[in-house]
Amino acid sequence: MDNLIINEGFPLLSFLIFLPLAGALVMLVFHGESFARFWTLAVTTVVALCSLPLVSGFDPTTAKYQFAEFHQWIPRFHINYVLGMDGISVLLVMLTTLIMPFCVLASWKYIQKRVAAFMICLLIMETSMLGVFVALDFVLFYILWEFMLIPMYLLIAIWGGPRKVYASIKFFLYTLAGSILLLVAIIALYLKNGSFYIPDMMWQQYSTTFQILVFLAFFLAFAIKVPMFPFHTWLPAAHVEAPTAGSVILASILLKMGTYGFLRFCLPITPDATFALAPYILWLSIAGIIYGGFTALAQNDMKKLIAYSSVGHMGFVTLGIFVLNSQGLEGAIMQMINHGVTTGALFLCVGMIYERTHSRELDVAAGVGKYMPWYVTYLAFFSLSSFAFPGTNSFIGEFLVLAGTFKENVPLALAAIPGAVLAAAYMLRLLQRVVWGRATNPDQSHLKDLNLREIVTLAPFLLFVFWIGLGPQPFIDMMHTSVVSLLDQLHSWQQQGMALR
Amino acid sequence: MAIVPEITVLIGAAAFFALSLFKRLEANQVKNTAVGFGVISLLAALIGVNDQASLFFDSYRIDLYSQLFKLLIAFGLTVALIFGRELKDIDEEVRPEYYLFLLLSALGLMMLVSSVELITIFVSLELSSFALYLLVPMRSDARGMRIQMEAGIKYILFGVMATGFMLFGMSYLFGLTGTTYLQEILAALPQAPQPAALFAVIMVMAGFFFKLAVFPMHFWVPDIYQGAANETTGFIATVPKLGAVALLIRITTLAPGGDMTLIYLLMFLALCSMFYGNLSALVQTDVKRMLGFSGIAHAGFILLGLLTLDPGGYAIAMYYIAGYVIMNLACFLVLCAVSREGENLAIEDLKGLHQRQPVLALILAVGLFALAGIPPFVGFMGKFMLLTGALSAGGENTIYLWLVILAAINTAIAIYYYLSVVRVAYTADPEDRPVVAVDGLNKAVGIILVVLIIIMGAMPAKIIAVADAAVKTIM
Repeated sequence: MDNLIINEGFPLLSFLIFLPLAGALVMLVFHGESFARFWTLAVTTVVALCSLPLVSGFDPTTAKYQFAEFHQWIPRFHINYVLGMDGISVLLVMLTTLIMPFCVLASWKYIQKRVAAFMICLLIMETSMLGVFVALDFVLFYILWEFMLIPMYLLIAIWGGPRKVYASIKFFLYTLAGSILLLVAIIALYLKNGSFYIPDMMWQQYSTTFQILVFLAFFLAFAIKVPMFPFHTWLPAAHVEAPTAGSVILASILLKMGTYGFLRFCLPITPDATFALAPYILWLSIAGIIYGGFTALAQNDMKKLIAYSSVGHMGFVTLGIFVLNSQGLEGAIMQMINHGVTTGALFLCVGMIYERTHSRELDVAAGVGKYMPWYVTYLAFFSLSSFAFPGTNSFIGEFLVLAGTFKENVPLALAAIPGAVLAAAYMLRLLQRVVWGRATNPDQSHLKDLNLREIVTLAPFLLFVFWIGLGPQPFIDMMHTSVVSLLDQLHSWQQQGMALR
Repeated sequence: MAIVPEITVLIGAAAFFALSLFKRLEANQVKNTAVGFGVISLLAALIGVNDQASLFFDSYRIDLYSQLFKLLIAFGLTVALIFGRELKDIDEEVRPEYYLFLLLSALGLMMLVSSVELITIFVSLELSSFALYLLVPMRSDARGMRIQMEAGIKYILFGVMATGFMLFGMSYLFGLTGTTYLQEILAALPQAPQPAALFAVIMVMAGFFFKLAVFPMHFWVPDIYQGAANETTGFIATVPKLGAVALLIRITTLAPGGDMTLIYLLMFLALCSMFYGNLSALVQTDVKRMLGFSGIAHAGFILLGLLTLDPGGYAIAMYYIAGYVIMNLACFLVLCAVSREGENLAIEDLKGLHQRQPVLALILAVGLFALAGIPPFVGFMGKFMLLTGALSAGGENTIYLWLVILAAINTAIAIYYYLSVVRVAYTADPEDRPVVAVDGLNKAVGIILVVLIIIMGAMPAKIIAVADAAVKTIM
C-alpha cells in the first residue's frame, strides 16, 4: 500500500462516484419531467464543482495514487474497495465530471419521452465512468466497466434513431464479448499475486508466455473499446443511432477507457509482452488512422463522418502509447483529452442541426451558414481543432505523438502523416458544405440560429480548445511525473531483462 | 422444537387436505390461507436458523447447513405462493389439492436437506418429487391440447428413471460399506474397491442431476416448463433445485479425493450443460422454455463449484444457487403477472412492457441481467467466484484454464437471449397489448427480490462467510 497517499479526510472520490447514483435513486421516486431535467443538471453541476478540489489539491510532483481510499470488501477473495488517482487519470476524471452537465443541457429539448429514465441512465453512466478511472482494485474496475453497458445500452436502445435495436445490441455484444477474457486474465493474475489490488500486480516476474496471454486478453477488451481497427465496426452504428448526449459520452469518455486500460494495465503489468507486441499494435494504429480518414472522407451522414474520424484520432492515441517514450505518452494523454473536447463538441453541433432539420445528411444541412452565423462559427473552430490546426488543442497532442514517433521509428511516422492530411480533407469538406453548400441547397431560411442554452453549452468546449491549444503546459505538468515514472520503470525493466539474457 | 419449519408446512398441508374435503370454498380464503402458511413457515425457518439437533436415530440432522437451505426453501415457497396466488390456469375446484401437493413438495425438500441417511434421503426425495408430478397435470385443459398431460407423463417417467439410477447407486454404497449413514459411508468408502465406489457415487449423483437439470438428465426441462402452469413452473424452476444442490454437495463430500475421474466427468457435464443450455436457449420463442434452457446452463455453472472438491467451492455453489433462485423468482413473478389468463407467454408478448407496466419491466430487466451475469448483480458475483474457485483448484493444470475460458465464453453466448427479452420489453412498441395490472403485494415482493439481487451482488462477503460456516458443519 506504500504507493497510495491515503486521503484521511473527507472521502472525496467516493463522494463523487456515489453522488450521481444517489441522484438517480431520488428520481426513482420523483419523476416529473422538468424536475428530472433541473435535478440532473444540478447533480452533475455539483459533481463538476466538487471535482475542482481534485485539481487544486493534486500534487504533480509524485507518481503515487492520491486521494486514495482503502477498505476491505470481500476478504475471502482479497477484494478491496480501493480508489486512487494519479497523473494519468486526473485529467480523465476532470473531463468526465466537466462534460456531464453539458450532456444534460444537450438533452434538454432533444429528449421528450421518458425524461426521468433518460436522466437516470445518464447519472448511472457518470457513476460507473468515474469509478472506472479511479478504481485500483481489479474486481471493482471490472464491475464498473461492465455495469456501464446497461445504461449505455438503454440510452441507445430507447432514445436512439431508426436502427437503434441493431446498433444497441451490436454495441452490447461486442463490448461484452471483448471483456469476457479480461475476466479470466484478471483471475489468473489474482492467482499469481494473491490479491486483486492493481498496483501489486505491476512489475512482477511473470513468464513471457503468461504475459503474452494476459496481454492478448487485455488487448481484446481494450481494443474493442478504443476502438482500434479492425474492431471498430460497432462504433459508427452506435454513434449514428445514439441520442446526442449518448454520442458525446461515447466519444468523449467511453472510448478513452480503452486507451486508459492500455496505459494503466498493459504497460506495467505485462511489460515484456508490451515490448514484444508493440510493433504490431503500432501498425494497427497506422491502419486505423488511414482507414478512418478515407472512410470519413466518403460519408454523407455527419455523425458517421465524425465517428470514423474518431477511429483515426484514437489511432493517434494508441500510436503515442506504444512508441513508449515520453513525448508519445504525453501526446497520447493530451490527445485523449483533446478528442474528448473536440469530438464531443462536434457531436453536440450535429445534434443541434438534427434538432432543426431532423436529418444528419450533409446535403440537407448544406448552406446553413447564411442563416446560422453563431452555429457555423462554432463549427468552424471545432473542425479546425479536429484536424489539428496549430493553435488549437489537437495540434499539441498530434504534434507530440508525431514527435515521439519520429524519435523511435521514421517510416512509421511518415506513414501517419497522410492521416493528418486526410483529417484536414474530410473536416474541410464538411465545413465547406455546411457553411456555403451548393446550388442545390434546400431552403434554410426557416432555421433559427443557436439560442442562449446552446451557446452556453458550446462555449466551454471552445474555451478548452484554445486553452489547451495555446497554453498546454499546466495540463502536461499534471501528468508529467506519472508518465516519466511509468517510462523509467519500463526502461529499467527492459535493461534488467537484457542483463538477464 | 428443532423441526418447527417442517411441522408448520406439514400442518399447512394437512389443513389443505381437510379443506379439499369441502365442496364450496371462497377462492380468496384458500389463497390467503396458503400465503399465510408460507409466511409462517418462513418465520419459523428464520427463527430456527441456528438450531442444532440430531433426530430419528441420527438419520436426521439439524445444523446450520440444513437450516439455511430450509430458510431458502421457505423463502422460495412463500414468494412463489404470493406471486402465484391467482392460480389463473388452475381450476378452482382443485385449488386446495394444488396447495396440498405444493406444500407436501416443500415439506419433502425441507426433509431432504436434513437427511443424512440413504433411506431417509430416498423417502424425502420421493415425497417432494411425487407431489410435483401431480402438480403438473393440474393445469386446466382449456385448449384441448392436453399438453399438461404430456408434460406430467414425461416428468414422472424421466423422474422414475432417475430414481432408478439413484437406488442402484445407493445399493452399491450399502453393499460396499454395510451402512446407510452418510457419515459412516464417508469413513468406510476410501477402503472400498475402486472403481465400484466411484461408480456408486456417480449413480447417486445422477438422481440429483435430474432435479438440477444437468446434461444428460435434462430432457424433461423444456416440455415440463412449457406444459405446466406458469405458477407451477415458477416453483419447479426454483425451489427443488435448492434441495438438489444441498444433496449434491453432501454426496460430493463422499467422493474420493485426488481421483481425477470424477472431476473430469463433472467438467464434461458442466461444459455440455452450458453449451447445450445456452445454444438451445438462443432459438426459443416461449419465455418459459428459454428460462428452462438457461436453467440447464446455470446447472452447469453450479458444477464448477462442486468439481473443486473443496469446502470453499461448495460454499460458492450454495451462494450461487441461492442467487439463482432469487433471480429466477423475479423473472417468474413478472411472467405470472403479465400472463392474463395463465397462458404461456411468447417473447413477443412482453413487447413494450416498459410502457405497459414500468415496475414489472424493471424487475424483469434486473432479473435477466442478473441471470446473464452482468455486474453488480448476484449472478455476476456468483459466476466470478465460481470461475476464480475453479481456476485456483486447478493449480498448474491447464484443463482447468480451458474449462474456465469455455465457461466465460458461455456467459457471452447467454447474454444474447437474455438481452433480446430485455430489448423487447424496453424498445418494442406495445401495439395493441393492454396495460398490465399489478397489485401492491406483488410489486413489493418484486422490489424486495430486486434489492436482494443487488445487495447479494454488491456485498457478498457476509453471505459467503455464513455459507462457509454452514459447509463446515457437514464436512
